[in-house]
Amino acid sequence: MKIKKRAFILGFYFFIMLLPIYWMLNMSLRTNADILNSFALYPHNPTLSNYIKIFTDSSWYSGYLNSILYVSINTLISLITALPAAYAFSRYRFLGDKQVFFWLLTNRMAPAAVFLLPFFQLYSTFGLIDTHIAVAFAHCLFNVPLAVWILEGFMSGVPIEIDETAFIDGYGFSRFFMTIFIPLIRAGVGVTAFFCFMFSWVELLLARTLTTTNAKPIAATMTRTVSATGLDWGLLAAAGILTIIPGALVIWFVRNHMAKGFAMGRV
Amino acid sequence: MEKWQDNRAWFLVLPVFVIVAFSAIIPLLTVINYSVQDIFGPGQRVFVGAEWFKEVLGDKRLHAALWRQFLFSGLVLLIEIPLGIIIALTMPKKGWGASASLVTLALPLLIPWNVIGTIWIIFTRPDIGLFGATINKLGMSFDHTASSLDAWVTLMLMEVWHWTPLVALLAYAGLRAIPEAYYQAAKVDGASSWSVFRHIQLPKMRGVLTIAVLLRFMDSFLIYAEPFVLTGGGPGNSTTFLSIYLVKIAVGQFDLGPAAAFSLIYFLIILLFSWLFYQALQNAGKGEG
Repeated sequence: MKIKKRAFILGFYFFIMLLPIYWMLNMSLRTNADILNSFALYPHNPTLSNYIKIFTDSSWYSGYLNSILYVSINTLISLITALPAAYAFSRYRFLGDKQVFFWLLTNRMAPAAVFLLPFFQLYSTFGLIDTHIAVAFAHCLFNVPLAVWILEGFMSGVPIEIDETAFIDGYGFSRFFMTIFIPLIRAGVGVTAFFCFMFSWVELLLARTLTTTNAKPIAATMTRTVSATGLDWGLLAAAGILTIIPGALVIWFVRNHMAKGFAMGRV
Repeated sequence: MEKWQDNRAWFLVLPVFVIVAFSAIIPLLTVINYSVQDIFGPGQRVFVGAEWFKEVLGDKRLHAALWRQFLFSGLVLLIEIPLGIIIALTMPKKGWGASASLVTLALPLLIPWNVIGTIWIIFTRPDIGLFGATINKLGMSFDHTASSLDAWVTLMLMEVWHWTPLVALLAYAGLRAIPEAYYQAAKVDGASSWSVFRHIQLPKMRGVLTIAVLLRFMDSFLIYAEPFVLTGGGPGNSTTFLSIYLVKIAVGQFDLGPAAAFSLIYFLIILLFSWLFYQALQNAGKGEG
């Protein structure tokens, strides 16, 4: 009985939550003229023309490839740098630890508009404008602190005695870290990877400012659908549906790590 | 469980420190520089001291935007945090149901922010949108471009729809990190599901909930793209939040000095409240672990 009530609440929430996405899917399968002419609960004459346009026009599909590339670089950098730092914050006391920990997060607290001009000048100086690496680095500003914070939370959930026992057993730091510790917090690693991917994927302002053509993100390409004749809703909806897919794949791959979580006594 | 005292831990933090400081310091200096000068053109600038700060602090429209922003972020936290926890608690623990729930939950988070606004324009349009058309069929007039209340309702719906999954995902991961032994002990004691929640699950979720509260506070306080696309700050100024007003000053009027002073004050407000939330949540867990 109790299980049923839970499933009902969850099902109801998902039903409401998926409505706007269903509406976007509905729009993406209709032509723009059809969308504007009539209200329809489902596409009466479904067409893939919007999707075909995206997959055949290089200015569209290259946007996806660019976004996937810089987002992946960013996620990797964030995880690799944040793992040891989060370990330090969760295990050690050192000079300025609390201050630095909180300072990291303050980098998420300024309006993005503040960073546009200085970042543009900075990356111009290094000749990095319109490269994937520039966007990947710029997004580190908000993703690295987030990664440290999330990972630190998960690491603090692991009793410090596990580390001590392993060191007594003769494990070196790097072997302990890679073979015992990371598997213990893989739920956290999975969540962190997903969050870094997600925040970098949806960010538009910085990504658009630092790129012109070669590394232009998909979200920027989508603003182009505003033309003299108004919005092409169908094309925009199809592009929107396609922006969900890469991230959905990421969470599909990390889902088991999130669901299994932390099990004591596996060491 | 005592932390080890060792300053060499700095070596582990160093890569993060360098990469973040590299990105953070130059913009900060630029903004401080602009906030105390009046810039007429290249090479023509005058030091004006606290002039811009006085101007910004006395700006009536900014005060209105600030209260609007507090109302918005307050509502966001009050709705999204409890709702996210409830969703996380109802989600299956394992099996295909867990996988399906996780993927479904993540969908709204993966849509670029400018597109979020566009989706909700389509969704709420009275002629071609499912939501707008349904509400109108029920005999209520609904138009977020004309009524401030409707604009707020639409924005809140959009915001809750968009970001509650983030809270739920964090809470869910936190719940999964609780060892099964805790539940078994509670079962032996015959604890009710409420006391399991209150004394086991909630304290154990403190870490992830701290992140959830801080993230939702900061990001809702900085919200820009979604209301900009959906309402453009209107009708009137009813949904002009701080960042929309900031961009109006900086880009619309090209007043870089006041905009920079505004940014610094904006940043300090977020810093202050994040710190308060952080301290409150840290202390809330003391003695419960």
